[in-house]
Amino acid sequence: MTLAEEVLGGSRRALARAITAVENQAASAPEVLAALFSHTGHAHLLGVTGAPGTGKSSLVNQLALDARKAGKTVAVLAVDPTSPFTGGAILGDRIRMRELAGDSGVFIRSMATRGSLGGLARATADVVKVLDAAGFDYIMIETVGAGQSEVDIARHAQTTIVVEAPGMGDDVQAIKAGILEIADILVVNKADDPRAETTVRALRAMLDLAHPGDAHAVSHHGMLMRVVLNGQDGAPTEANAWRVPVMTTNALSGEGVPEVLTQVVNHRQHLRDTGEMARREMARIINEVDAALRDRLMADLLDRIPNSELETMVARIARRELAPQQAVSVLVAAYSPIT
Amino acid sequence: MSERKIRVLVAKPGLDGHDRGAKVIARALRDAGMEVIYTGLRQTPDMIIEAALQEDVDVIGLSILSGAHMALAPVIMEKVHAAGLDDVMVILGGIIPDEDIPILKEAGVSEVFGPGSNTNHIVKVIQDSIRARE
Ligand SMILES: Nc1nc2c(ncn2[C@@H]2O[C@H](COP(=O)(O)OP(=O)(O)OP(=O)(O)O)[C@@H](O)[C@H]2O)c(=O)[nH]1
Ligand SMILES: [Mg+2]
Repeated sequence: MTLAEEVLGGSRRALARAITAVENQAASAPEVLAALFSHTGHAHLLGVTGAPGTGKSSLVNQLALDARKAGKTVAVLAVDPTSPFTGGAILGDRIRMRELAGDSGVFIRSMATRGSLGGLARATADVVKVLDAAGFDYIMIETVGAGQSEVDIARHAQTTIVVEAPGMGDDVQAIKAGILEIADILVVNKADDPRAETTVRALRAMLDLAHPGDAHAVSHHGMLMRVVLNGQDGAPTEANAWRVPVMTTNALSGEGVPEVLTQVVNHRQHLRDTGEMARREMARIINEVDAALRDRLMADLLDRIPNSELETMVARIARRELAPQQAVSVLVAAYSPIT
Repeated sequence: MSERKIRVLVAKPGLDGHDRGAKVIARALRDAGMEVIYTGLRQTPDMIIEAALQEDVDVIGLSILSGAHMALAPVIMEKVHAAGLDDVMVILGGIIPDEDIPILKEAGVSEVFGPGSNTNHIVKVIQDSIRARE
């Protein structure tokens, strides 16, 4: 049996190994992904993001417990930053998820950000595909809030929960980071903190200011997108726009969490009813093909250009004999893999 | 473009409530470029095996200060084998009397480190062992 077949057969060991292969971009990864791809598309992808320590892992733990009570299976992908100095990472999200231990309907995987942001988004998307093919109903992706990386990851989620903690949402920091724009559901966690009410009010006020309907859809469709989707208009009308709920939870006691899960289900239904699900899917595919094309063509081209030739060009540019654009034209004309 | 990182599960089985030693090790391994999955206090053998399997780690590092190593380590090793994780290296840190070490190694523990162990040494032992396997 191939590794992909074992994954489809329900082997958790094979699933873990397939994720490693994909994450490491091992030689076997393209074959594994290709074999699994036709089995993807079942899971609901739920992104959970927010500043460090807001309670994302604790909330994922509770969400997963509730989803299990509803008979759904859950995979968790918990992403933590790699140290830029050492290349190592401490992945500690499992500490908050011990209640999920011993449940064969749950699979938890920790992942370090490793290389560049774009690379992270791609690795995450590929690991999510493996989990999706393995048949989980929900895939919950936890990422630490730091700006562009969650925007990239949110593009792969169907529903994005942004977690705030009391005392943190009362300034414009959240808006600056673009975090509010990616939220489908805003959660103020640590509702046992008396300041939670103030934070909820501040976030509601910000949403009223920042959401005249269409900014939301545009941010989800991604900035890189150049292809128009068959003339479909991505902007939802006033009538069918999703209203981002601001909710409170106590991720230690679980209070408020079932209501969040209900909103996740509502949001999924909304995406289906409005056609937004299909639009986001198309946007995601376009982005992915776009990125894969760039990677592939770039790699093929660089393979063909001899190092000496590159060095010569760099030297000529340094002597101001050629502009960089001219050098590129010469190199592409001589070595392009496309004829 | 394959990027291979050593993944280590650092776990604290047993009931004692100190994880300072485990955290020191976790940081040292991180600083050596490894990815450390840290699971916190009071892990049962089953929780450790489950996490090691899901995280597809190369190494399980157990920290046992309670003196319960002779009760815990053989049980964990048995479950490691039962789960088919024989290629995972298991190391043990704690206050371990010399006479227990051969028994632990017999049970499948690769290395035992005492409380004063130099973290650089632990890093090197792991790196050498993983490299030798590839
Ligand atoms: N009082 C209170 N504490 C909470 C709540 N939720 C989480 N915490 C605590 O907040 C701390 C951080 O919780 P985590 O779940 O690890 O937060 P996180 O956002 O995943 O943290 P990082 O992954 O490190 O960014 C822990 O000490 C939790 O016990 C809550 O609802 N109320
Ligand atoms: Mg966390």
